[in-house]
Amino acid sequence: MKITKELVDYIALLSRLQPDESERVQMTAELEQIVSYMDILSHLDTGNVEPLSHVVPLRNVMREDIVEPSFPKEELLKNAPGGDDEAFLVPKAVE
Amino acid sequence: MELYKMTALELGAALKQGEISPAEVLRAAQERISACQGDNNAFITVHSPLPAPLGDGPLAGVPMALKDNICTKSIKTTCASKILGDFTPPYDATVVEKLSAAGGVSMGKLNMDEFAMGSTSETSFYGPTRNPWNLRRVPGGSSGGAAAAVAAGEVWYAIGSDTGGSIRQPAAYCGVTGMKPTYGTVSRYGLIAYASSLDQMGPIARSAADCAAVLDVIQGKDPRDGTTLAGSYGGLLTSLTGDVKGLKIGIPVDCFGEGLDSEVRKAVLAVADVLKSRGATVEEFSLPVMEYAVPTYYIIASAEASSNLSRFDGVKYGWRAEGYENLTDLYSKTRTEGFGTEVKRRILLGTFVLSAGYYDAYYKKALQGKAVIKRAYDEAFRKYDVLLTPVSPTTAPKLGESLSDPLKMYLSDIDTVPLNLAGLPGISIPCGFDSKGLPIGAQLIGPALGDGVILNAAHAFQLETNFHRQTPETKGGASA
Amino acid sequence: MTWETVIGLETHVELATKTKIFCSCTTEFGGAPNTHCCPVCTGMPGTLPVLNKRVLEFAVKTGLALNGEITRHCKFDRKNYFYPDLPKAYQISQLYLPIVRNGKIPIRTGSGTEKVIRIHELHMEEDAGKLVHDPWLDQTKCDYNRCGVPLIEIVTEPDFRTAEEVIAYLEKLKSTLQYLGVSDCKMQEGSLRCDVNLSVRPAGSTALGTRTEMKNLSSFKAIARAIAYEARRQIERIEEGKPVIQETRRWDENKDATFAMRSKENAQDYRYFPEPDIPPLELSQEYLNALQLAQPEMAEEKMARYQRDYGLPVYDTQMLTGQKALADFFEACITLGSDPKQTANWIMGQVLGQLSAKALEAKDMKLTPATLAKLISMVKAGRLNRNTAVKVFEAVFDSDGDVEEYVKTHGLEQVNDPTALTAAIERVFAANPQSIADFKAGKEKAFGFLVGQVMRDMKGKADPQAVNQALRDRLEG
Repeated sequence: MKITKELVDYIALLSRLQPDESERVQMTAELEQIVSYMDILSHLDTGNVEPLSHVVPLRNVMREDIVEPSFPKEELLKNAPGGDDEAFLVPKAVE
Repeated sequence: MELYKMTALELGAALKQGEISPAEVLRAAQERISACQGDNNAFITVHSPLPAPLGDGPLAGVPMALKDNICTKSIKTTCASKILGDFTPPYDATVVEKLSAAGGVSMGKLNMDEFAMGSTSETSFYGPTRNPWNLRRVPGGSSGGAAAAVAAGEVWYAIGSDTGGSIRQPAAYCGVTGMKPTYGTVSRYGLIAYASSLDQMGPIARSAADCAAVLDVIQGKDPRDGTTLAGSYGGLLTSLTGDVKGLKIGIPVDCFGEGLDSEVRKAVLAVADVLKSRGATVEEFSLPVMEYAVPTYYIIASAEASSNLSRFDGVKYGWRAEGYENLTDLYSKTRTEGFGTEVKRRILLGTFVLSAGYYDAYYKKALQGKAVIKRAYDEAFRKYDVLLTPVSPTTAPKLGESLSDPLKMYLSDIDTVPLNLAGLPGISIPCGFDSKGLPIGAQLIGPALGDGVILNAAHAFQLETNFHRQTPETKGGASA
Repeated sequence: MTWETVIGLETHVELATKTKIFCSCTTEFGGAPNTHCCPVCTGMPGTLPVLNKRVLEFAVKTGLALNGEITRHCKFDRKNYFYPDLPKAYQISQLYLPIVRNGKIPIRTGSGTEKVIRIHELHMEEDAGKLVHDPWLDQTKCDYNRCGVPLIEIVTEPDFRTAEEVIAYLEKLKSTLQYLGVSDCKMQEGSLRCDVNLSVRPAGSTALGTRTEMKNLSSFKAIARAIAYEARRQIERIEEGKPVIQETRRWDENKDATFAMRSKENAQDYRYFPEPDIPPLELSQEYLNALQLAQPEMAEEKMARYQRDYGLPVYDTQMLTGQKALADFFEACITLGSDPKQTANWIMGQVLGQLSAKALEAKDMKLTPATLAKLISMVKAGRLNRNTAVKVFEAVFDSDGDVEEYVKTHGLEQVNDPTALTAAIERVFAANPQSIADFKAGKEKAFGFLVGQVMRDMKGKADPQAVNQALRDRLEG
C-alpha cells in the first residue's frame, strides 16, 4: 500500500493534527513502512470468519433508569482551559 | 532484611504483627523514593500520605503507587502527556476506591509512555524512566515507572495497565513480577483509555503471591464498566499451593524462533524444567497464527486510540494552545503541540485504518484476524493448562535505541500482544539474568479466567528459585 | 415541464426516560447550564458508558408499533467527528446493526390521500449538547445538559411527494410515540427534530435527483414552508441550467429561505467502528413477546372500542384519539361516571376550543377529568344550566379551579323554585304588555323575547326548559 502525502494530509485533517513539512515527510515514510508490513494480514484466510469486536461473552449489560445526583458544575468546569463559571468556552462555533 | 527488599505480603504481615509501625513504613518509602527518583525518574507525582490506623487485609498499610493513567480524585493525572496539563479528575478510578478500602497507601503517580503508547517509557513528557538495574537502559513500557519503582524498592507493589504487554514487558526488563489478568475481571472505570477492547489493569510486585493479593482486591464486576464479568472473585491468594502435579504446559515453538536472544531462550526454557521437577508435563506445539498478531494488534489498538484520544482538544480539560484563529485551529494547534510523536503516529495510523475506503481492508480484516487468533488459543487450551513463552525477545535495550525505528519496536511486542487480542491472562516472572546482568522474564499464559492457574504455576516456580528476590544496586540501596 | 418533489425524513426523537442513555443524570429539560452533567456525559477521560435499559425497551416498542423487523443481535458503533457540542468527539450511535429495520407507517392526508411510508431504519443514539454564542465575550458557550439524552433516529425511504404527506406522517408518528409513552414530542423543546432530504425530478422519471438536507426545522409550519422553498429553489436552478449541489442547508425562519451551512462542508468521513465499551445486545423471543404483550392500546384500537362500547360516531372517536392525552382525559371522565356522549361533546366543543384558543396541547392543560366530570354531573342534576356551565368551564379551565367553590361564590346555581319562577313571570308580564299582545297576535318571536326577560330577571340561573314550559303555560293557559 502506497501512502501519499495527500493521504497523510487527509487523515491529519480528520485527526485535527497539523504536521509541519518535515513531519509530513517523516510520517508519510513511516506510515508507508508500517502499513506495508500490515499487508501481511492479507495472507490470512478469513473467508468465513466473523469479525470479533468483543472478546468477552457478555450480552445485554444495562442499568436501571434511576436518576442519581449530577456532579457539581464547579467540579466539571474546574479543569477547563477556556471556561467561565457556567460553561465551557470555544471560539465562535454557531452559524 | 531491609524493608525495601521485602515482598508486599511480608511487609503487610510485619505491620500486622506490630514489628513495624505504619509511620515507619511511610518514612522508609519516602526516603527510598527521594533516594531513587533522581536516577530512575519512576514518579511523575509524589505524595506525602499521612499514617493511618491499620485496616484489615494482607496489604493494609503497604505503600504502593499508581500508573499515571489511572484517575485519582483531586490528584493530577497526566498520562505523561503535555496535553492533559494539570488535569485533576473529580473522581477516583474503581481500582483506586478498592485499594483505598483495602488499606492501600498511595505514594504517588508513576511515569509511563505517553498515553501508554510505547515499549520503553521514553515518550513521557516528564522525561524517560530509567531501568534500576542499569540506568543507561530503558525499564520497558509502557508501565516503566511502575516496574522501576517496584524493582528499586520505592513501593511494594504498583498498579499498571497492559494493552499489548505494558505490564508484562517492563516487569521482565526490571526483574519483577507483573500480571495482566483476564479482560473484564478488573474494572476499567477511571483508566484513561488507550485501546478500550484491549486495556486491562493489573499488579506489578516482587512475587506472584503479591500479585494474587492485589488481584483479590481489585478484581470484580463493576456497574460502571459494562465490560466487566460477573463471577466469584477473591481467594486467589489463599489458593496458591505451589502444587503443579499433572499441570500440562504447552510451549509454542513459534515463540522461540528467529529473533529470540539465545540467553533469553535458555532462561525461559529453564522455567519448564523447574515446573517439570515439581510434577508438571511439558510439550512443544505449533501456534502458526503468531505472525499475524502484531499487525492485527496495531490496527485495532491504533483505531481505538484515534477515537479515544479525540476528546483531548483543549476545551474541557488539560492544556490549550495559544494563538489560534478559530475553532478548528484551536483543535489542531492544541493537538499538534500537545501530543508527542509516537501518539500522533498512532492517531494517524488509526484514523487511516478506519477511514472511508480502507476500513474493510484493515480494520475489519484485523477484527477477523483477532477471531482467528482467539480461536487458535482456545484450541491450544483444550490441550494445555498453561502456555510458556518469553515476554520479550531481548532484555532491556539502551535508552534511545528503540524510538528511531517504530516498526522494529512494534515487532518486539510479538509475545505479549496476542493475549490482549484474545483477552487472556498472562504473568511475567523473573527467570534469570543475561551476561550483561539484565533481568530476563518468562511469560505464563492461561485460558480466560485461568488467572489462578498461572498465578499458582508462577508461585511454584518462585518457591524453587529466588530470581524474584534479587534487587539492583542503587544509590539508595546502601543507606536504606 | 412539470416537476416532482421527492422527500425523505430523518426524525430525531428524545425518549422520555428519567435518565440519560449512558449515565444516571436526569434528562429533565432546561436547568442552569452544565448542572445535569457528570464525568460520563461530559466526556471526562476514563469514564465509560452503561446503557439505560429503558432506552432499549422504548426503541423496541417503537419498532414493534411501526411494524418493523427488530434486530435480535444488535450493537452500538462510534461516529467520530470534532465539534464542541460532542465532548467525547464521538457519538455513540448505530450504523451496522440498527435496532429496527423495514418498518411501515400508514398515513392519511387532510385531503384524503392514503399511503404507506416505509421506514428504512430506526436506531438508538445519544444527543449532543447545546451551543450558545455569547456576543459580548465573542465566544461560544457549551452546555452539556442535553449531552447523552437518549434519542431514536427514524429514517424513512424517500416516499413523500408533498409537504402535506410529510406533515401527515409527522402527526401520525407523533401520536404513535405519545400513545407508546416513549416521548413527549415537544418540538419547541427539541424533543422531536426533523431533517428533510429533498430532491426534484421531472414528473414520470424514476431516477432520483441530487438531494439537499435541510436542518433547523422547528415546527410543522417551518417544515412545510421549507419544503416549498427548497423545491422551488432546486427547480429554478435546474431550469437555469445550474446543478443542484449535494449539501446541508439551514432553514432561516426569519428570512423564509434555506442557506448552505459552512460547518458541514468538510469531508464527512465518520470512521464508524463497533463501540468497544458496550457489549452487544442479544434480544430473546421472550423479551420481544413480553414487550409486544405490554404494548398500550393505540389510536385505531381506541377508536374501534369507543364506537363499539359507547356508540360514538366515527368522527367523535377520531377527534378524541387524535391526541393521546385527550383520549386519556376522555376515559378518565367515563371512569368517574360521566356519560360518554356528553363527555365527547364537552371535549370536542369546549376542551378543544380552549386548547386551540390558547395554542396548547392536551397534555399540557391543567384541567383535570374530575373537574369536567363534576361540571357534567351538575348539569345533569339540574344544578347548573348548560350556558352557565360553559361559563364556569371557561373560568376554571386555566387553573383547574374548584367548580363548587366558583358556583357558590358567584351564586350561579340554577334556581329550581317554582314560586320564584312564577314571581319572575308576573314581573315580566307587568312590564311588557306589548310583547304579550304581540304573542297573542301570533308573533312567535315575542316568545323568545319574553324567555330572555325571565332569564334576565332570574340572573341567568333558571333552568331554560322550565322557563319555557312555565311561560307557555301562563300565556296559553
